[in-house]
Amino acid sequence: MSTKIMVQEWSVWFGAIQALRSVSLEIRHQEILGAIGPARSGKTSFLRSLNRMNDMNPRFRSTGRMTLDGQNLYTELDSQQVRYRIGIVFALPLPLPISIRDNVTYGPRLRGERSRERLEELTERSLRAASLWDEVKDRLHQPAMKLSGGQQQRLCIARTLAMEPEVILFDEPCSGLDPISTAKVEETMIQLKSRYTIVLVTNNTKQAARVSDRVAFFLMGELVELDRAEVIFTAPHDQRTNDYITGRFG
Amino acid sequence: MLFCATLLVALASVIVIGVILVRGAGGLRWEFLTAMPAKGMRAGGIFPAIVGTLELVGLTVVFALPMGVAAAIYLTEYAKDNWVTRVVRLAIVNLSGVPSVVYGLFGLGLFVIFCRFGTSILAGALTLAIMTLPVIITASEEALRSVPESFREVSHALGASQWQTVRHAVLPFAVPGIMTGTILGISRAAGETAPILFTVAAFYLPRLPHSIFDQAMALPYHLYVISTQIPNIPQVQRYGTALVLLLLVLSLNLLAVVLRAQFRRKRSW
Repeated sequence: MSTKIMVQEWSVWFGAIQALRSVSLEIRHQEILGAIGPARSGKTSFLRSLNRMNDMNPRFRSTGRMTLDGQNLYTELDSQQVRYRIGIVFALPLPLPISIRDNVTYGPRLRGERSRERLEELTERSLRAASLWDEVKDRLHQPAMKLSGGQQQRLCIARTLAMEPEVILFDEPCSGLDPISTAKVEETMIQLKSRYTIVLVTNNTKQAARVSDRVAFFLMGELVELDRAEVIFTAPHDQRTNDYITGRFG
Repeated sequence: MLFCATLLVALASVIVIGVILVRGAGGLRWEFLTAMPAKGMRAGGIFPAIVGTLELVGLTVVFALPMGVAAAIYLTEYAKDNWVTRVVRLAIVNLSGVPSVVYGLFGLGLFVIFCRFGTSILAGALTLAIMTLPVIITASEEALRSVPESFREVSHALGASQWQTVRHAVLPFAVPGIMTGTILGISRAAGETAPILFTVAAFYLPRLPHSIFDQAMALPYHLYVISTQIPNIPQVQRYGTALVLLLLVLSLNLLAVVLRAQFRRKRSW
């Protein structure tokens, strides 16, 4: 499988605090890469580096190199281009207080898409891909805030899909959801794998095991181990990984 | 003790409004509102003063609102937190503490004399606009800040530029707060006498202003004139004018309160 994103010796600081220590890894085309680790392990800082969401924090500093299809994410592409190609779904469902339809078409409209038919078509396709279409197709004009938490999160996935990105980042996407909603979101992620490269940060090791092709274990800003999911969860090489997945800490 | 103090405050405003209402209500007839003043303002109506105040207030909004909102957007969404920004913030706070008569003299110096606008609605509205700016900026900043940070983050994550984010994910949700603040600022400006004293107000001008370069009568100044400068004005004339001014200002404030309540009820985050 070919490399989609290459990360070399990536370090991140927020003010004086170092959040990531020289992380190197590759993210392969159309795989689901899970990132696990306890709180403050750097997994979210890593994820948010990938589409330059850390740029908005004035205390953010980084060294190292990240490339998307061989192009440097931080020097050869501008942050808007990066975010067009690498979408993100946040931990909490954060729809804007506008209609369901306007949430889905927010990105495309700002990118300059004016055609009504194209936007309609994009809305339906994105909502279908996020397994939400059947639940909302008759009330697209209603406020997104009226949906349940699980529906809101799938709406946020649809909104990201409507950008037609190449990579989707999930930042603990099920942390606020009940088990049934979680199952739906996971199912959605697996379906998306055939067309997108996915990076999933999760606190739920079982979720990482269910969904991921490969899993990266972060601890205190370091990448401890990266391997196929079944290796990480059955025979990890590092003692610390073993301790974490067997629940000795974290 | 505390209750008595509160009661006293309420009592004061009830008495003020009550007295004006009782003595002025008799004068509140249709021709009082729509007729020109006559017989050296001892009779007739206050139509030109009402029109003058409305024109002043309207033009003040035209100047102050865009500038105030633009400044607030810059301060909350673009400016970095450095000493320049802090100095600007301090200047705005100080601006709101300047006595209104100083604004009047400033307007006289800058707009009437230096810019050669003369004593005109334009000069008066610009003076009132500068006086209202700190209120609008502060209210707008507060309204912009009350929009959750997550809206900005989401918008950026969907590939929006900084301006697109402000335009589509922040400003629409701050509009009610901005409007409330603006109306409150404007209602204060509508009742001010000192800033318009040297810049617009005509002592006696029984016609409507021809353009924004013309002088105009205005309610607060007219009230001052008929209360202190001219002998033998019928009481109903004075209290009628006061009542009209009071009703104008109170209805603006009421509008602001209603808008705020409406917004609080409807917002969903």
